Amino acid sequence: MKCVIGIDLGSTTTKAVILDEDAEIIGRGITNSRSNYELASAVARAEALADARFRLVSRNVAGELDQAALDRLSRAFRLEQTLGQLDRLHELIQEEVHSNGLGELKGAASETVKSIMRAIELEERAHFGLENPPQRSSFFRDAVGSAYTRFAEDVADARGVTFDLLLGLYDKCIIRVENEPMELGFAELISKALERIEDPGPLAEAVSKAAATELEEAAMVGTGYGRATLPFPKEAIRSEILCHGLGAHAMFPDTRTVLDIGGQDTKAIQVDGAGIVTSFQMNDRFAAGCGRYLGYIADEMNMGLHELGPMAQKSTRCVKINSTCTVFAGAELRERLSLGEKREDILAGLHRAIILRAMSLLARSGGVDDQFTFTGGVANNPAAVQALRDLVDENYGERELNISPDSIYTGALGGALFAHRLAN
Amino acid sequence: MTKNAGKDRSMLIQKEMIAKHYERLESAPETGEPVVYTFVPGNLTELVRSFGALPLLPEINALQSGMRQKSGDYIAEAERAGHSEDVCTYVKCDIGMIKAGNISPTGTRLPKPDLLLLSYTGCYTFMKWFELLREEYDCPTVFFHVPYQGDGELEPEHREYMTRQLREQVIPALEKVTGRKYDEDRLREHLMMSAQAEDDLVAVLQSAKNRPSPIDAYFGAVYYVGPIFSSFRGTPEGVEYYKALREEVEERMAQGLGPITPVGPMTDEKYRLVVEGPPNWTSFREFWSMFAEEGANVVASTYTKVGGTYDYGFRHDPKDPIGTLADYCGGCYTNINLPGRVDMLVDYVREYQADGFVINSVKSCNSFSAGQLMMLREVEERTGVPGAFIESDLVDPRYFSAANIKNRLESYFQMIDARRVEASA
Repeated sequence: MKCVIGIDLGSTTTKAVILDEDAEIIGRGITNSRSNYELASAVARAEALADARFRLVSRNVAGELDQAALDRLSRAFRLEQTLGQLDRLHELIQEEVHSNGLGELKGAASETVKSIMRAIELEERAHFGLENPPQRSSFFRDAVGSAYTRFAEDVADARGVTFDLLLGLYDKCIIRVENEPMELGFAELISKALERIEDPGPLAEAVSKAAATELEEAAMVGTGYGRATLPFPKEAIRSEILCHGLGAHAMFPDTRTVLDIGGQDTKAIQVDGAGIVTSFQMNDRFAAGCGRYLGYIADEMNMGLHELGPMAQKSTRCVKINSTCTVFAGAELRERLSLGEKREDILAGLHRAIILRAMSLLARSGGVDDQFTFTGGVANNPAAVQALRDLVDENYGERELNISPDSIYTGALGGALFAHRLAN
Repeated sequence: MTKNAGKDRSMLIQKEMIAKHYERLESAPETGEPVVYTFVPGNLTELVRSFGALPLLPEINALQSGMRQKSGDYIAEAERAGHSEDVCTYVKCDIGMIKAGNISPTGTRLPKPDLLLLSYTGCYTFMKWFELLREEYDCPTVFFHVPYQGDGELEPEHREYMTRQLREQVIPALEKVTGRKYDEDRLREHLMMSAQAEDDLVAVLQSAKNRPSPIDAYFGAVYYVGPIFSSFRGTPEGVEYYKALREEVEERMAQGLGPITPVGPMTDEKYRLVVEGPPNWTSFREFWSMFAEEGANVVASTYTKVGGTYDYGFRHDPKDPIGTLADYCGGCYTNINLPGRVDMLVDYVREYQADGFVINSVKSCNSFSAGQLMMLREVEERTGVPGAFIESDLVDPRYFSAANIKNRLESYFQMIDARRVEASA
């Protein structure tokens, strides 16, 4: 079957969306962006293609679909991917241990790493074995990195194989794992995954049919911060402004205003009834007011990015923050803490400050019209969403605010829709 | 840059004119030629020349330093001397240049002023700038106040107010520092030459009404307005330059050629644009290339009117030498109110059949940037063509974010494309 792909190469994550001939979404893929942009887009694309094959599997099942079995298969597939990367990581770390002049520590280091890796593997098997695995970052680097750090702390020996040594090994090797192409797609791993689940029933046949279906990529469009580095011809590269506008329109057809807060920049976009951009504004010189700023704050507070919003929501008294300069964020934060302000109140203030900057861009782009769609990674942050709701309400009155659970894919979806137009 | 025999001639003439002028300025202390510092908007070059004095324009030095990659160091020098980051970067570049030995952009030594002639045409910073220079040089200053066109036009009493200042203050000050008597016939001769060059300049700028336009009326035109905005209005060199330029442009027009850009001759004029605001000088060619690579050509700009709005009909008039100087100063773009600027942009979009307009908002220039978003909305509303808003600076290289500006421009051009597709569907 023919399909088209949109790839959004963002500063933090790279996303891919695949559409079928009827412009229906059949696959989505995401990965963390990395120094090798081309590889990041290849990984996101492979993820989206795997997702598309799963969609085909569900379409191919004869009779009633056993969703629970399909979910099991999907988790088994994820586990295979994780184990594949874990093996490679282990291999690289062992190579590193044996080549970097650790001297007499070599043997102990090798054994310690082995034990950490074994522990991670057990944990991963358990995680994917659960019917509803707890929410966590879907990126290998994050999930495994946090487990590695935890186990390394437990087994580190201050007089021998130290925590710093272990962490150094990990840091060096995870970058290599991320930046080398690996065969972790549907074709390579689905049979193994199928073996893992008991009694696949009619799934087995559906899987082999899905695997045999040729997905012919009729067109591909790249967008996002790193789009210029994509190996695409010029006509296959679209500005993320246009892609976000069109993607938001596809998700919510009555959208007239789009706010996108990504890792690198913030965009306020006005679109017409067909999703075509009529006006836009972007933040200029500062990363303030972007996702990156929240990332910085999370680091300063030693918290996970996804924990910031919920903590800010506990606030009862929002602290007024004037500076959203990323460079000064740490200083501002410590100053407030030293004044005895509560963390949640400071965080609430920071979220509001970010949204205030976005409000200024929105005003400059032409205001907030009904309907209003919020996209980008920050749209997943409940405190940011609340601050936005409040400020839009205060400034423009009641507006319908749309946020899709798949909002992170808005740009890639827009790109895919442009690709669909190119192909037709 | 791709060579073009026609273009080269006027370029060469200009280069030589500028080099000679700086040499003449350098030897002024020996030759005894008096030197008058003044600013581009509302410059009284004919009057200064009629006293045998040489004009020197600090903001031209600053932008030339910017184009030659010297402004960053000069600005740092001025900041070390205590000027804040938010001060106009032309000012800091000039102050830094003085502190670093007062060497002109072409490498010659710059003379001290015999007179600071401050013609105030809407830029408040100019006053502070000359205060700083007066402090530096301890020389006489004369202030010529041009009333702002707050209501959109100048009344007879405004004109009277200006001509009185010219007669009672500016001319006596020039007489004093040059030791010469005011010679109205000489002034008339200069004004006559001004009008001649102005005719040719307008023909050049209006050639952009053609499709394709033979010129880029912003990036290309900053070279074209150079001589007339600075020291050469009302001089034989100026007349010669504009005659040659007009011939070249008319020749290109006759051949149906587009402008020469840093990425070569433009063969496919995909977007016709109007631009508001001064260009960035430190990354001038890179900035221009971002337009040229996309086939975007500027067909009209307001910045090329800061030294006079000749395309609206004004010519220096030798029959009324003092009155015409007042009219000239009052009509400079910097002295026009916001509705007047909006009208101008709307006229340009319509008359030059533009597909869009771009505002380059300059970080350190409040007098230019204030109100530009309001202008954007209004021009969009009145013309129906989309506007783009980008931000950079005059001569501070720190405020030119190439990736950011390129991203906005690309998005903007793609937006025009998408709207075209939509309109034709």
